[in-house]
Amino acid sequence: MEVYLDNNSTAPIDPKVKDILCKTADIFGNANVIYKQGIETRAELNKAYDVIYESLNASDDDDIVFTSSTTEGNNAVIKTFLDAFLKGSGKNHIISCVAEHSSIKSPLAYCKTFGMEVTYLGTDVNGLVSIDELKAAIRPTTALITILTASNETGAIQPIKEMATIARGAGVPFHTDGAQAIGKINVDLQDMGVDYFTWSAHKFHGPKGIGGLFIKAKAPFVPLVHGSKNVMGGKRAGSIFNNGIFAMAKAIEIANSEMNVAYIKNHIGQLRDKLEKAILAIPDTKSYIPKEHRLNNLVVASFRGIEGEAMLWDMNKNGIYISTGSSCSSESLEASAVVEALGEKVEIANATVMFALSRFTTHEEIDYVIEKLSSIVTRLRAISMTYATQQAFSVHEREE
Amino acid sequence: MARSDLVSGNVWEQYSKKVQSRMDNPRAMGELTEEDATRLGGKLIVADFGAESCGDAVRLFWVVDTATDKIIDSKFKSFGCGTAIASSDAMAELCIGKTVDEAIHITNTEVELFLRDDDGTPAVPPQKMHCSVMAYDVIIEAAAQYKGVERSTLQNQDIICECARATKADIISAIKTYDLKTLDEIGAKTKAGTYCKSCREPGGHEEREVYLIDILNEVREEMMQTSLHEAANTTATGENAFDKMTIVQRIKAVDAVIDEFIRPMLIMDGGNMEIIDIKENLPYYDIYIRYLGACGSCASGSTGTLYAIESTLKHKVDENIRVLPV
Repeated sequence: MEVYLDNNSTAPIDPKVKDILCKTADIFGNANVIYKQGIETRAELNKAYDVIYESLNASDDDDIVFTSSTTEGNNAVIKTFLDAFLKGSGKNHIISCVAEHSSIKSPLAYCKTFGMEVTYLGTDVNGLVSIDELKAAIRPTTALITILTASNETGAIQPIKEMATIARGAGVPFHTDGAQAIGKINVDLQDMGVDYFTWSAHKFHGPKGIGGLFIKAKAPFVPLVHGSKNVMGGKRAGSIFNNGIFAMAKAIEIANSEMNVAYIKNHIGQLRDKLEKAILAIPDTKSYIPKEHRLNNLVVASFRGIEGEAMLWDMNKNGIYISTGSSCSSESLEASAVVEALGEKVEIANATVMFALSRFTTHEEIDYVIEKLSSIVTRLRAISMTYATQQAFSVHEREE
Repeated sequence: MARSDLVSGNVWEQYSKKVQSRMDNPRAMGELTEEDATRLGGKLIVADFGAESCGDAVRLFWVVDTATDKIIDSKFKSFGCGTAIASSDAMAELCIGKTVDEAIHITNTEVELFLRDDDGTPAVPPQKMHCSVMAYDVIIEAAAQYKGVERSTLQNQDIICECARATKADIISAIKTYDLKTLDEIGAKTKAGTYCKSCREPGGHEEREVYLIDILNEVREEMMQTSLHEAANTTATGENAFDKMTIVQRIKAVDAVIDEFIRPMLIMDGGNMEIIDIKENLPYYDIYIRYLGACGSCASGSTGTLYAIESTLKHKVDENIRVLPV
């Protein structure tokens, strides 16, 4: 049996979505030509737009710009304010948080090279950013607040609506990286009250290479990709992956439906709980982030004495695919900053793995993982020096 | 960046078969106890190195025959990734049958060679060499315990890049011998800084006291000072070759020859000249001059006179001088 549990990194395509991708592959016309092929493409595009606006509850006054990915959307939003700063807006400050993905942290680091300042709010042991700290961080020169909806690594869901209200009160535009939101929690853009929301289709069983950027009416925006004004009003030039858009509309329609969100919460949540319980039944394990504000598809767990990449190795041998925050598994040899941000020591990041379920995960699959888990843990702990000596790894009783 | 960097994340597919097989079935994994030591007739040594916070920690067990200093049995336990486990396993196995003094010479680079499937293909990807370093460190720890000495006495304190086992002396000598100017050039010659990259400059995986960049800057500065001193000293004795001179010395040397042999002739004809610039255009030295006074309008300025000036400078200063009127 093979069990894919790295769904927060990327998720397999839904057969229904794949069907649309294949069936529309021959619709090739440019969306802006006046003749027959243009008419065909526009008809499909308009259908897709209708579905996406409806599903995410965007107002017709708002813009949804299609992008290649969340990363592109995040860059476009942040660089809009860099552009303003460079043209003399006087707003030199951006607020973000330590749990962000590199697609936020890298463009922010880039902004700093031009003299902008960035405040990274910390997260508490529950993975949450403090509302009070957010309020206190706002300055008269704050250009943008960007806080992710939920972390791919810890699964902690931030109180975005409350934060957006604070931002609005302070007159500061608010962006949230929603890469982990669609398909896991209900996304209602009007209700969230954000100015910008970004996503990628592949996180919720859509194709790779297509995503979206929601821009609330009147929110400032400077394109990242300049070119023809014929495509999305010039907000994102270049021939976009139209068939991807058609497929993404279907993926959003399914993922953000009440039925699916309820299924993830109840059914997948139960499967997740079953897995988590089995993990915690193994001695010297720990899971992170209270369930009340954790993504329902995720278990973040540490296995004392087992290094993350070694865990992935044995899991992979058994046909189970997961991810880790361990330093050894990354090119840079850096442990996950997000797991460290939980207030834990770096040791925890090196022994932490993530199990991310999807709506396609089955009872049989979880039973199989539970069955394999105990023998894998036994084998790896037999090799482990630190587990044998019961030393180090202070994670389970943190020093005060 | 280049073609090979465009698809990243390929770690496991670069593990050799031997690394993979040792990760799956480590042969020297386990513990040795006092009872084992008694049974084997040797002394038990238990040495630790590393920490979970670094991502790797290893414990090495030896039973050593005190009469011959020979390691009778050797086992390990390890917290770490596939590379750490496989290299600890190979290291522990390589210790068996060696004397403690021989074991000290088992380095991470030797373990890596031992784990190769074929001579030309590294056993692990470059960034993973870091995870094998502690296999060497723990042997030093065990040997220090056995001998009852500080580990610093057994270790080359001069190592800058642990992954490549490159010493400060190796690196300095390479910079000087090959006139290396960048970290990449140092890497190409010595392999230092090409694995986990911690030692290149601040900001890597581990903090260091000395980084390659410091050594490079220091040595380059020293090389420059040395060449300046050489130039100054040899000029004093009048023996310096034109190519070893500083730019100021070159201008002075050329001007001196012009003053003595050329300018008086030009002045006699109501003219003069000045040096505008000297450019290195190896193997040539291009000297740009400007004619003044009557020389400016003299037809011979680009033929006979120019030829005479160039020939004089070639003869008196350097064969490779070319003179170009501006």
